[in-house]
Amino acid sequence: MANGGSGSKVVKWVDSRLPIFSFVDHALREYPTPKNLSYWWNFGSLAGVVLVVMIVTGIVLAMHYTPHTTMAFDSVERIMRDVNYGWLIRYIHMNGASMFFLVVYIHIFRGMYYGSYKNPRELLWWLGVIIYLLMMATAFMGYVLPWGQMSFWGATVITKLFSAIPWVGEAITQWLWGGFSVSNPTLNRFFSLHYLLPFAIVGVVVFHLWALHTTKSNNPLGIDPRGPQDTIPFHPYYTVKDYYGIGVFFIVWAAFVFFAPDFFGEPDNYIPANPISTPAHIVPEWYYLPFYAILRAVPDNFVGSWIGFGYIIVNAKLAGVIALALSIMILFVLPWLDTSKVRSGRFRPVFKWFFWIFLLDVAILGVCGAHAPDEQVFSWFENFDYLTLARITTAYYFIHFVIILPLVGKIEKPLPLPTSISEPVLKGGGSAGAAATAKPMEKA
Amino acid sequence: MANSTTATEGGGETRRDFLLLATVAAAGFGVAAVAWPFIDQMNPAADTLALGSIKVDISKIAVGQRITVKWRGSPVFIDHRTAEQIKEAEDTKLSDLKDPQPDKDRVQKPEWLVMVGVCTHLGCIPKGQKPGDRKGEFGGWFCPCHGSHYDTSGRIRKGPAPKNLPVPPYKFLSDTQIQIG
Amino acid sequence: MRKFAVSLVALSGLIVGTIAYAAGDAAHAPSQNWSFSGIFGTYDKAQLKRGLQVYREVCSACHSLRLVAYRNLAALGLDEKAIEAIAAEKEVPGEPNEEGEATTRKALPSDKFVPPFANEQAARSANNGALPPDLSLMTKARVGGPDYVYGILTGYKEEPPKGVKVPDGMYYNAIFPGHNIAMGPPLSDEGIEYADKTKATVAQQAKDVVSFLQWAADPYLEDRKRMGIKVVLFLLFLSGLLFAYKRKVWSDVH
Repeated sequence: MANGGSGSKVVKWVDSRLPIFSFVDHALREYPTPKNLSYWWNFGSLAGVVLVVMIVTGIVLAMHYTPHTTMAFDSVERIMRDVNYGWLIRYIHMNGASMFFLVVYIHIFRGMYYGSYKNPRELLWWLGVIIYLLMMATAFMGYVLPWGQMSFWGATVITKLFSAIPWVGEAITQWLWGGFSVSNPTLNRFFSLHYLLPFAIVGVVVFHLWALHTTKSNNPLGIDPRGPQDTIPFHPYYTVKDYYGIGVFFIVWAAFVFFAPDFFGEPDNYIPANPISTPAHIVPEWYYLPFYAILRAVPDNFVGSWIGFGYIIVNAKLAGVIALALSIMILFVLPWLDTSKVRSGRFRPVFKWFFWIFLLDVAILGVCGAHAPDEQVFSWFENFDYLTLARITTAYYFIHFVIILPLVGKIEKPLPLPTSISEPVLKGGGSAGAAATAKPMEKA
Repeated sequence: MANSTTATEGGGETRRDFLLLATVAAAGFGVAAVAWPFIDQMNPAADTLALGSIKVDISKIAVGQRITVKWRGSPVFIDHRTAEQIKEAEDTKLSDLKDPQPDKDRVQKPEWLVMVGVCTHLGCIPKGQKPGDRKGEFGGWFCPCHGSHYDTSGRIRKGPAPKNLPVPPYKFLSDTQIQIG
Repeated sequence: MRKFAVSLVALSGLIVGTIAYAAGDAAHAPSQNWSFSGIFGTYDKAQLKRGLQVYREVCSACHSLRLVAYRNLAALGLDEKAIEAIAAEKEVPGEPNEEGEATTRKALPSDKFVPPFANEQAARSANNGALPPDLSLMTKARVGGPDYVYGILTGYKEEPPKGVKVPDGMYYNAIFPGHNIAMGPPLSDEGIEYADKTKATVAQQAKDVVSFLQWAADPYLEDRKRMGIKVVLFLLFLSGLLFAYKRKVWSDVH
């Protein structure tokens, strides 16, 4: 126990009634963390910090915002012009959404590269995917609130997706809208839910951290710690490293807030929503772009044509919605799709390549999502439009999960693993012949 | 297990403590600097402050006429007093008053009485602004809610109200214009 | 680690390129030099005053500025009397009178800029069916921002290019998407007489009014950039301290 000196009587009094100090001691000070974590492991704490900042700025903004179609846009402009430091708080919140996804995407890809989703961390991974889904819902509804052109039309496009569901689709969509189109009831309930969901995220984050503390952290080598020589207490080593990471991260966030606050935004959203005038290009925020591309990629009657059902018509819209849903749901199955016994990509030379190709594939999907489907990709080459590119990259996206990962795990010859975390890792991947290699994945 | 508080050489420890102190101090400053906007945002916004003072044209108010204007959400009574009303107000013995206050302390120019028209009892708006209104027994204002009577200086004379009708901050911008607030 | 960093930078470049590309579609308005650009950008008050004059004498006939209050003009250096005078030129709805009829009163500094038309229908009726948009956020609401608006104002041509037919009631504009714009060229050389005696060429008026509109859309630009410099410098300093402390703490592990 660390706390001593003055105040320790108070600590003991509280702790014997509610073990909060012991808990913090155990979870944050003593928590044995692998000593070799790289800076890629900072992004979890960064996500937590962003979540807190978003909640604080959000609650403050909610003091001034009015969720009614006739007043929403103007109330946001009032925040920007009349509320003391309103512009600052609004820009922090607005850019914070992009920062949140930036940080979380890096966090997710870190997990994919180092096999952090593998046994025994499958549930930890699932909780993460749930957090991601909640984030997407929250951000979607948040973007509607300023009631600009993109707010309204983005909401219209996405809520209309539900109408693709056979039989009950229309009813569900009207239920979501609270009317016959995106209108005031929709805005009002989105405000309520946008305020609610972040607290649901906090709850899932608690479970996420609990699961993490149960299995303990992964590390760049992907091998389990053997004993105390492989770990260090979280405090002060990783607390100070996390603080440093937060400092650097805030610089990036501040650079956007103060010098390019509208970088991630769409100019059209500074035009008040007009239900009878559709913008030339409806584009979602950048963090949805890959999924937007997948949604628009599936051809008409694609599924229907090779399943061959007569009366169930899977039109392009429904197929797109299904593809979109699958592209995220597949993440839940990832721990079982990847058959490799080796955790970390560092020792998986074939997998490494496919990881980077997958990353590139997602980036290209994002580019596709930003463009009109009929636009040519290269000005000097005809008959290759973004729709075609999106179809190729969408197909590859699923191929990566369903075909490549299972095969690579089986076929690949991994590099020899080091004996333990504390042993120096030999460059080039050849350990001394006499040293026994560690078992790749040990049960926790 | 690596113990974080193991002392190395004395010099190293001191340098670490100084660094820690400097870092914590800087971070603390940062936190305070960040906290201020979040506190200040709850203060009245610029548009609210802009409505915090109003200018009133009093050139059209005849002698003996009273008008009501809205200021910071409350009614303000502006009374262009007659000579009799002024005399009545000035001649009142302070010992007769529940909340003693000479008339001259309540006006800048005797013919202009400016008060917040909210009864000091429980907040109703006293009657007396309109020509046909009840003015109470003292020629000023009468609050119908619980029967408080105010005189021609807006002072409480009879009834449950504890204090005189409050005089807001105001100034004469000219003979024809006053600014309230 | 290096490879990761390189890949991340490349990826960021791809993302940034995407966002920038997605944003930039048709408008090829050439970039201008603006006093408010860059990390150290500021507004030129004299220019903003000229821009205000252009707005009032030319644009306000059709375009509203409904998010700006007259009192905001204090930021341009106008004093209280001047602002009251500008506001008092317009009438706004007042409280209903004793009979319940609508009244009007002179606008006050606390009021927002009074629009030229009572409603959308009146605006369209006076402009051949076209609706002149509100200008309060115009430089933020268009791809290309101030460059675009400047491009529009200076993009009118005497004659459209050969073979290009301009529909009746429209005008040819080099920058406007589709090239047919409902607004006639609003600016002309010496069209107004600047109070500060600056030569009122079309380019000058366009520069001034666009700077004014940028201020109308982003009145806290200067505060924001000033604060930003302080914040980023402070964070660099703090991160430096944190890095040094981190190294010290980790010295027994490395």
